[in-house]
Amino acid sequence: MTAPSPAPASGSASASPGRRLLGHRLFWPAVILVALLLINPVFTDGFFRVELKDGHLYGSLIDIVRFGAPLILVALGMTLVIATRGIDLSVGSVVAISGALACLRISDLGDQNSAGGVLAAAGVALALSVALGAWNGLLVAGVGVQPIIATLILMVAGRGLAQLITDGQIITVNSAPYKLIGGGYWLTLPFGIVIVLAVLALTAFLTRRLALGLLIESVGGNAEASRLAGIGARGVILTVYTFCALCAGIAGLMISSNVSSADGNNAGLWIELDAILAVVIGGTPLSGGRFSLGGTVLGALIIQTLTTTIYSIGVPPETTLLFKALVVTVVCLVQSPAFRAKVFHRRRRPAGASPVAEEKVGVSA
Amino acid sequence: MAPPAPILRMRGIGKQFPGVKALDGVDFRLLPGEVHALMGENGAGKSTLIKVLTGVYGIDSGEVELAGRPVAFPGPQAARQAGISTVYQEVNLCPNLSVTENVVIGREPRRLGRIRWKEARRRAAELLGRLDLHIDVSAPLSAYSPAVQQMVAIARALDVDARVLILDEPTSSLDKDEVAQLFRVMRRLKEQGIAILFVSHFLDQIYEIADRMTILRNGRLVGEYLTSELSQVDLVAKMIGRELADLERLEDRPPAREGAPLVEADGLGRSRAIEPFTLTIREGEVVGLAGLLGSGRTEVARLLFGADHAGTGSLRIGGEPVGLRTPRAAIRHRLAFCSENRREEGLVPDLTVRENIVLALQAARGWTRPIPRRRQDELVAKYVSALNIRPADPEQPVRNLSGGNQQKVLLARWLILEPRLLILDEPTRGIDIGAKAEIQRLVAELSGGGMAVLFISAELEEVLRLSHRVGVLRDRRLVAEIDNDERLTTGALMETIASGAAS
Repeated sequence: MTAPSPAPASGSASASPGRRLLGHRLFWPAVILVALLLINPVFTDGFFRVELKDGHLYGSLIDIVRFGAPLILVALGMTLVIATRGIDLSVGSVVAISGALACLRISDLGDQNSAGGVLAAAGVALALSVALGAWNGLLVAGVGVQPIIATLILMVAGRGLAQLITDGQIITVNSAPYKLIGGGYWLTLPFGIVIVLAVLALTAFLTRRLALGLLIESVGGNAEASRLAGIGARGVILTVYTFCALCAGIAGLMISSNVSSADGNNAGLWIELDAILAVVIGGTPLSGGRFSLGGTVLGALIIQTLTTTIYSIGVPPETTLLFKALVVTVVCLVQSPAFRAKVFHRRRRPAGASPVAEEKVGVSA
Repeated sequence: MAPPAPILRMRGIGKQFPGVKALDGVDFRLLPGEVHALMGENGAGKSTLIKVLTGVYGIDSGEVELAGRPVAFPGPQAARQAGISTVYQEVNLCPNLSVTENVVIGREPRRLGRIRWKEARRRAAELLGRLDLHIDVSAPLSAYSPAVQQMVAIARALDVDARVLILDEPTSSLDKDEVAQLFRVMRRLKEQGIAILFVSHFLDQIYEIADRMTILRNGRLVGEYLTSELSQVDLVAKMIGRELADLERLEDRPPAREGAPLVEADGLGRSRAIEPFTLTIREGEVVGLAGLLGSGRTEVARLLFGADHAGTGSLRIGGEPVGLRTPRAAIRHRLAFCSENRREEGLVPDLTVRENIVLALQAARGWTRPIPRRRQDELVAKYVSALNIRPADPEQPVRNLSGGNQQKVLLARWLILEPRLLILDEPTRGIDIGAKAEIQRLVAELSGGGMAVLFISAELEEVLRLSHRVGVLRDRRLVAEIDNDERLTTGALMETIASGAAS
């Protein structure tokens, strides 16, 4: 494994609370998020203020979560895929397809405000997303195509499919129930946040309460050992790709609902890269195995906060991408245990060095 | 007639790794125009010696002479330029490139920086012609059989003016005809005066092709012998390290058992892995498998467990014919298999001890039916204490444990499934003596409780101490099945391994 967790595995019981906090794998992502948030009040007055207006919560913090919601959703699905040592590049296309199909169905409704019609449209869009995810899963688990290639197919073809659905146009809808998904409120909270919380709870339930998480980590950690232990890796892989596409489908509904239109070209463009970045910043290694849902949520929030911060501190528009890249590089370095070990504390090195020596002996014997 | 002067001479070679003395004062010589076999069990120092010879490792002591001149190779490239070429066990070629490209890669004939492909093809064809191999050199390598690929690797090795050719287990993935083809090539090279160092685990092949052999054991030289003057029994005894006369019969042999047949394999086989074999394992019986490394011990286990597909034969479990296409199916029939390769095929290193232990049980139940955490903790606590797993902290990542404790974690993984047949492949290799004794005691207890065990080990004493019956493997064939009674000694077993027939 290239990035061993720095968690002081030996003698964790005897470590002081401070050490334990430092060693927690969510510590550095959390520090980065807080640091980014702390920059903002300098440029934006009342950045941390959250107000209740007309029974709705308002504030910059709420906005970050609200606008970050689709990314969080996509990244959650991506986390499970990456944990099986896979990757899903097609999520952006699924976002576009799901939004396009939902908007198409709603625009065909006689009454765009009928709740039943909107629900049916959303249902059809999500069903198609699930089918697309199953297709990815079949390619990877059934046919044995490498994940990056298998999902690249849908990444490219999916944009075309979305274009086909919208007939190359941007479909605009005017539907109050649909608007609720991405732009509405429920119990003072933006509805998008409610959806994220629900999906997060569902994911946590499937992986940590049920045994899906153990099997995913096992397949990603050592595929051959898992096969010999009797794990049906194909089923597990099919499940995670399907789940990932479902998450992307929901995100697609959210994005298109927020702007009340479907744009097959630009909806969810590059979201797969942001999602992968969120997963990695959250501490789930691309080499598979252990994953962290909490880390992914933090990672997605970091990316969204960064975007917000770039606007609020007034980085010139033509340099935003470059600026973002620089910050992301720093973020990735800070959260890399290997880098921190090199730069910050050398005294920990002996502990990390011993397993390497052991491996060498094993090779020579 | 005095033998010709050695082309290669090594004297007093020593090589130390942290904690292990891999080579200790080894002498070795290689005469031109001979095939010289390097023999020894796993860990005897064969690979280390080859790596020293090819410049992969430096040496701590001793000297190397090539054609009478002292040499020291700083790296593999230097050794190759000096005329020592190596073909490794795993063919080190690029299957997607053409035969020509594979042969000339890195030494392409060029003019003004451009590769002269015509010249390259001519040279490749000529080199292969030296090996009596006439194939289309512009076809991709993957179009040819493993044997031909092996020849291409040899041709590539000969492209530089090779005086010494090292073949490290070249036959392990070849079938009978392909081996014969390889041997023809080796004899031809021998006639051309090239010294060939040959490593193989197949005794018959050694006796067919080698003129002379050097035997290593535990990093020390046992001796150099002419193949024609050393019997196979003596060879095995020297490799394992005991004279037959020294071997004593073991005490407290397990009492014989008469259970119902549990697993019956009939003509089960897989080409290139194991010849069809017939084996019955009864309830409560420990069947040992003995044989040298590479003799097919592991292959038998993998076929029984469905880890590999059987090409021929049939399998019955409890009298019912079954087709085990996956380990999952085998587990449903309550078979369990502890692989010899803990790191690659057993542990999931990032998961904790607890997760590794419950993994197979959870897999059998499916992910929608989690094992309640309380039940997990109970099971894990029970086996951690029963097997004396240390540290007794179920939440440690399993990679932090020692080899013996990792092995016990894997045992626990299978024991909580309460299998009817437990297949243990080298369960005691590389673990300390205390853990070893504990595992041996456990096997005896389990079989006493009615579980059948297939016990694979390179240590004959261990096999004899535990087994009711011993199957002997040699050159990928099950050559004998012997009841473990008064008359069976490690000596007799060794003789069977060497000669291939029950005495």
